[in-house]
Amino acid sequence: MTHSVIFYILAGLAGGIMGGMGLGGGTLLIPMLTVFLDVSGKQAAAINLISFIPMSIVACVIHAKNKLLDVKKALMIAIPAAATCAASSFFAQRAPQEVLSKGFAIFLIVLAVIMLISRAVAAYNSLCKKLAAYPLFPRPDAQ
Amino acid sequence: MKNVKDFFASHKKISFVATVSAALLTGVANGLFGGGGGMLAVPAYTVLQGMETKKAHATAVAAILPLSAISAVIYIIGGNFNPSFGYYVCGAVIIGGIAGSFILKKISSQLLEFVFYGVMLAAGIRMLTK
Repeated sequence: MTHSVIFYILAGLAGGIMGGMGLGGGTLLIPMLTVFLDVSGKQAAAINLISFIPMSIVACVIHAKNKLLDVKKALMIAIPAAATCAASSFFAQRAPQEVLSKGFAIFLIVLAVIMLISRAVAAYNSLCKKLAAYPLFPRPDAQ
Repeated sequence: MKNVKDFFASHKKISFVATVSAALLTGVANGLFGGGGGMLAVPAYTVLQGMETKKAHATAVAAILPLSAISAVIYIIGGNFNPSFGYYVCGAVIIGGIAGSFILKKISSQLLEFVFYGVMLAAGIRMLTK
């Protein structure tokens, strides 16, 4: 432990809040721990994996009560993913940290760019719809 | 995007194969990086399976729970759990997670998503150049 306890707690709280809001907390918790707190990538991964378990059990119970859980479709992803997940977890234990970190960085960048573009397009479309409601901005296709 | 969803809705076999492929990648991300599987599973449910966002999120959590359990055991056996700060962070994540699910509805989610993905992009670039 190279930093004050409070920083680890703050990073955990921030990652947890993001996760609880459904934004994928781990994708932020891991970089926060590695970049700011000098935790190794594998240790950050372990923390993220362990803390996800109790949180998601609670979430699953609540979602099941609200009938939001599709068990059949959950298994459709969980079963094939379990195989590659186990294999890649074993691989990660032996793989050099630098390679894993660079891979994760590229993974984050690609996903963030795709998501930012799709959100920007959605925001632009909804703005166009709102503007079309005002007669000051007549659109050629709007009658 | 609607056309894409319509295509997968009318081609069940293709959407099944695509979903299983997404599942294999979800497992790889979860195993290699210790997270981020949900970023793949949620769009797989909404785009390939035509599920609504809330249901997709809930189902993705259920799908990733067993994956995280498998990975967590392998990472712990691999000696990658550091108890000196691990307990603090895990505890804080759980408390934050409960808080996050309560404040979910009170903040504009569109702005929040932009901020979140912006930070994610910055984090990725920082990790790549470190």
